[in-house]
Amino acid sequence: MAQIDSEKYAVATQLQLTWWRFRRHKLAMISLVLLVLVYLLAIFADFLATQDPHATDARTSYIAPQPIQWFDDNGFNPHVYGIKGVRDMKTFKLVYTVDPNRKVYIDFFGQGYEYNLFGLIPTKVHLMTLRNAERGDGIYILGTDLLGRDLWSRLMVATRVSLTIGLVGVSISLFLGVLLGGISAVYGGIVDTMIQRTIEVIRSMPTIPLWLGLAAALPNNWSVLQVYFAITIIISLLAWTDLARVVRGKFLALKEEDFVMAAELAGASQGRIIFRHMLPSFASHIIAAVSLALPAMIISETSLSFLGLGLRPPAISWGILLQDAQNIQTLALAPWLLISAIPVVVVILAFNFLGDGLRDAADPYG
Amino acid sequence: MIAFMTRRLLLGVMTIWLISILSFIIIQLPPGDFVDAYIAQLSSSGSQVSAAEAENLRQLYGLGEPFYVQYGKWLARIVTGDFGESMEWRRPVTEVIGDRIWLTLLLSFAALLVTWGLALPIGIFSAVRQYSFADYAFTLVGFIGIAVPNFLLALVIMYFAFVWFGASVGGLFSAEMALAPWSAAKVWDLIKHLPLPALILALGGTAQLIRIMRANLLDELRRPYVVTARAKGLSEARAIIKYPVRAALNPFASNIAYLFPYLVSGSIIVSIVLGLPTVGPLLVKALVAQDMFLAGTIVLLLGVMTVVGTFISDLVLMWVDPRIRHQMD
Repeated sequence: MAQIDSEKYAVATQLQLTWWRFRRHKLAMISLVLLVLVYLLAIFADFLATQDPHATDARTSYIAPQPIQWFDDNGFNPHVYGIKGVRDMKTFKLVYTVDPNRKVYIDFFGQGYEYNLFGLIPTKVHLMTLRNAERGDGIYILGTDLLGRDLWSRLMVATRVSLTIGLVGVSISLFLGVLLGGISAVYGGIVDTMIQRTIEVIRSMPTIPLWLGLAAALPNNWSVLQVYFAITIIISLLAWTDLARVVRGKFLALKEEDFVMAAELAGASQGRIIFRHMLPSFASHIIAAVSLALPAMIISETSLSFLGLGLRPPAISWGILLQDAQNIQTLALAPWLLISAIPVVVVILAFNFLGDGLRDAADPYG
Repeated sequence: MIAFMTRRLLLGVMTIWLISILSFIIIQLPPGDFVDAYIAQLSSSGSQVSAAEAENLRQLYGLGEPFYVQYGKWLARIVTGDFGESMEWRRPVTEVIGDRIWLTLLLSFAALLVTWGLALPIGIFSAVRQYSFADYAFTLVGFIGIAVPNFLLALVIMYFAFVWFGASVGGLFSAEMALAPWSAAKVWDLIKHLPLPALILALGGTAQLIRIMRANLLDELRRPYVVTARAKGLSEARAIIKYPVRAALNPFASNIAYLFPYLVSGSIIVSIVLGLPTVGPLLVKALVAQDMFLAGTIVLLLGVMTVVGTFISDLVLMWVDPRIRHQMD
């Protein structure tokens, strides 16, 4: 800490120390910025979508990604080319030709399909809409799927769903983990043994078959929202064990610290010792563990939905998008469907780097 | 040592018991009782079930009785090898599953061997040659292994194999061998097809183990006893392998107990992408069709397999690490 003068260092709070240390971890900083951006993307998913992600059209099936043309002869004037689909009479496949003479211009902040911003404010404003579109025209940045739905718009909405499932799931796991890990450490003895054995049993079970079994039992007539929460709960029920172990380990280590004994001698209540003295010193460890648990949660949801037993259409998530890319025949025909894999990998990687950085920073005195 | 084994054995039995309850819950979960479903299935295919027959079935499965009675009856039948009948296939569940459970076991075990075989030397190499080009390269591959879910990896590899070589990489057998009875030629065919799916399945776990092994060994290599060994004139290979590697192996080995369940889990989803004849595709199909006896049995078998596999890896661990052998806890 050469750049921070020692006086400042001496009076800094724990949070400041952690932040200073975290800042030195370049990869983690980049990941943090990236994840903030992705979450912003998720918040404004509908605003960024160019078309209704649920709207199907047989005449736009499997259009390859079309770049946006930013300039024309008059300078900056974003547009896309018109697309015409002709059915090949031999294979009955739609073959698309791009018509560079027909320019479809892009409006910013124009009116598109209706949605609720932040889930509250009904609006029709989108970042990009088309001005003089004919049927079949669209901004196909990432192409379309079999049913002619725009992949970019679907990816935006899917990102929101998959990322929030991670957050909700981790919150539930965190609650269970802190509660059971804490109980295990505070009470010790037989309670501790029982909770620890339960954790070991859960950890030694193959999770995917169990998730699949439980997820398959969700009634068919449940709404998208009900299935969403049920899946989240199923995933978190088996995922709290790592967090519980971290909490218990830290708790036991801190119990022996001098400052805890000092607080005890000063007559502080047990609640005050736990929440005022102990919790702040391992909160950063919990945050690190959470940021490592999040990607696992996201992978779980993606895998379940990919197998057709997680979220169900019309819900859109990363797993559901990848489900369309499941077999080699489809991929040979429409390789751009695999693009949905990129955000999955990037986000998981970023969470892992962030978690590493946080774990290193969590111990600012070390 | 006996205490360690007993503890592990008890834990295994407890896990199997818990899995059996969960499997039974899975069988029970769909609405309505399964005799109704069974009868509906039969009558839709033309055969009739008399009221007496239906009553017999209800009696057999203890329907209408409390949950633990039904569970007890189910468990009692399972112990005698009667896993019930698959509603979709109209054949005993054991017959439907057939070889698939062994192929699942084989695939998971092959993946376990690949994980060990790769993680150990690479981990040692990365630690000994810290910050070398190869170390960075392996670290990069490791991060990819952690970040790419294995079904995605399977999908991408399948796509590029198709685009570049025009070859399909799926399956565990060649087309002409898939239905043939077991023979030396078929086994050889299986051995030739096994490495790629095993590698795909193993990558995630390998990446994690490399990181653990590297970190552990780096800690050990800085210890004074390594300096002493070198000062005594031990060869570099001996100074590293003989003590530091063995010491670094301990946390590495204790992670293996959780590696096997992870691999079995992964094999389900990788099998579906690659079209492997394991229980994975069968399980998903059974769950979608609500063929609950088949699904429940597969979950149970996978669970038991995992527990046995974990127990065996514990025994190996005990054999490798004297500290566990002599620990009386």
